[in-house]
Amino acid sequence: MASRSPKKKSVVRSRTARKPAKRPKAARQPRVVLLVGTRKGAFILHGNGARTRWRTEGPHRFGEIVNHIVLDPRDRTTLLCAARAGHLGPSIFRSTDMGKTWKEAAAPPSFKPAPPGVVGDAVQHTFFLAPSAASEPDVWYAGTSPPALFRSDDGGVTWRGIDGWNDNPLRKVWCPPEDQTPDGSIMHSILVDPRDPTHLYVGCSGGGSFETTDGGATWRPFNEGVEAPANPEPFPEYGQDPHCMALHPLRPDRIYQQNHCGIYRIDRPATLWERVGRSMPAEVGDIGFPIVLHPRDPDTVWVFPMDGTTVWPRVSPDGKPAVYRSRDAGKSWERQDRGLPREQGWYTVKRQAFGADECDPVGLYFGTTSGELWMSANEGRSWSPVAAHLPHIYSVVAATLD
Amino acid sequence: MRVAIPSPLRSYTGGREHVQARGATLAELLADLDRDFPGIRFRMIDEQGRIRVHIRLFVNAELARDLSRALTEGDDVQILCALSGG
Repeated sequence: MASRSPKKKSVVRSRTARKPAKRPKAARQPRVVLLVGTRKGAFILHGNGARTRWRTEGPHRFGEIVNHIVLDPRDRTTLLCAARAGHLGPSIFRSTDMGKTWKEAAAPPSFKPAPPGVVGDAVQHTFFLAPSAASEPDVWYAGTSPPALFRSDDGGVTWRGIDGWNDNPLRKVWCPPEDQTPDGSIMHSILVDPRDPTHLYVGCSGGGSFETTDGGATWRPFNEGVEAPANPEPFPEYGQDPHCMALHPLRPDRIYQQNHCGIYRIDRPATLWERVGRSMPAEVGDIGFPIVLHPRDPDTVWVFPMDGTTVWPRVSPDGKPAVYRSRDAGKSWERQDRGLPREQGWYTVKRQAFGADECDPVGLYFGTTSGELWMSANEGRSWSPVAAHLPHIYSVVAATLD
Repeated sequence: MRVAIPSPLRSYTGGREHVQARGATLAELLADLDRDFPGIRFRMIDEQGRIRVHIRLFVNAELARDLSRALTEGDDVQILCALSGG
């Protein structure tokens, strides 16, 4: 052990005072772990510095449906996992040792008991986990099915409903319970404005996107210019079907969404969404589930198109999987499919199953419904498989460890 | 009284297939179980007090559909899981 002389203590931070000072390391890429939620549990893939080798570790919560597993980007320690077993109700599990041990939330997301005579809601799935802004270190949000919003102020141990949404009489008008989204209608995107964490956007399948500027006390529909499916009125106030929404942390006024009816972008304070997916090739279309941002360039965005024609097969168009990238905020798109199957590739990438790391160049990762995990270490120019034969993949998060 | 725990819930009971719990009704018994094994109740009973769709509660081999079902000392309570699909 190093001696703890007063002189050293005065110049070395207390956290490191017990260790000899390390030599400064050469600049290197951050260490990336891939957090993969599947229909049968979660997997954690540890990459080497070059992102050329990956060690698959797991399954965690084996046999449970894991919709989302997220590492807190603020402490890079707290791991939350939204899971339910087939037989059992949904819960949230928490680990602070990268999954060696898990502890269940003391109070997982749940609705308030309904008054006598009223059929109350019950959380069926926690679907989406969102750390709040850096200025609120222990605050998380969770989106559920049926579409409801919950908040934790203690790093995911206890959760409470956001009454302004969950008890809002308009909630079931905006997001009707009879919506037939597979596995139930969901709140799947929760975007926190990093400048003001009382300003949030949420996305709900079969309901649309909604905005609050008072921490969730009041909400308004945020769908102007977005087409709605299965609605005689093409541009109603609500009833749209966002599949995935993303707000750029470096330009928080810019939001993208991959919608059931195309790819859209908005730059606030504008209120009208623009369908930037119209510039996608007609034979591919602009339907898909996920949309992924470049961590440093708000003009760069990736999508994974799927077939939304005829009976909506929801697989790669023509059996030829491809990522499309825009580097001009959606004005134009380029196909990125080098390394991916050239034919007979019929998988889908779910809305939470495509992610980017923070490295330079950016690493991209997507998981498929057929249990394959693919990556690109060069911002999509070429792709290679990382894992195969996993269960049906629901979510992929590329987290930075250090 | 003795309660049989199905395999999906044994992570709460340290792997035990049978545990002891008390209560004059099923609701009380489940509350007692939750005191000993925090979290176990919510996995079986939703926040509105409804038995989850794939959970079956049996008292002396008879299906109980209501948590107000009365219990007496010596009753045999079985929790079973019923689920089909892949």
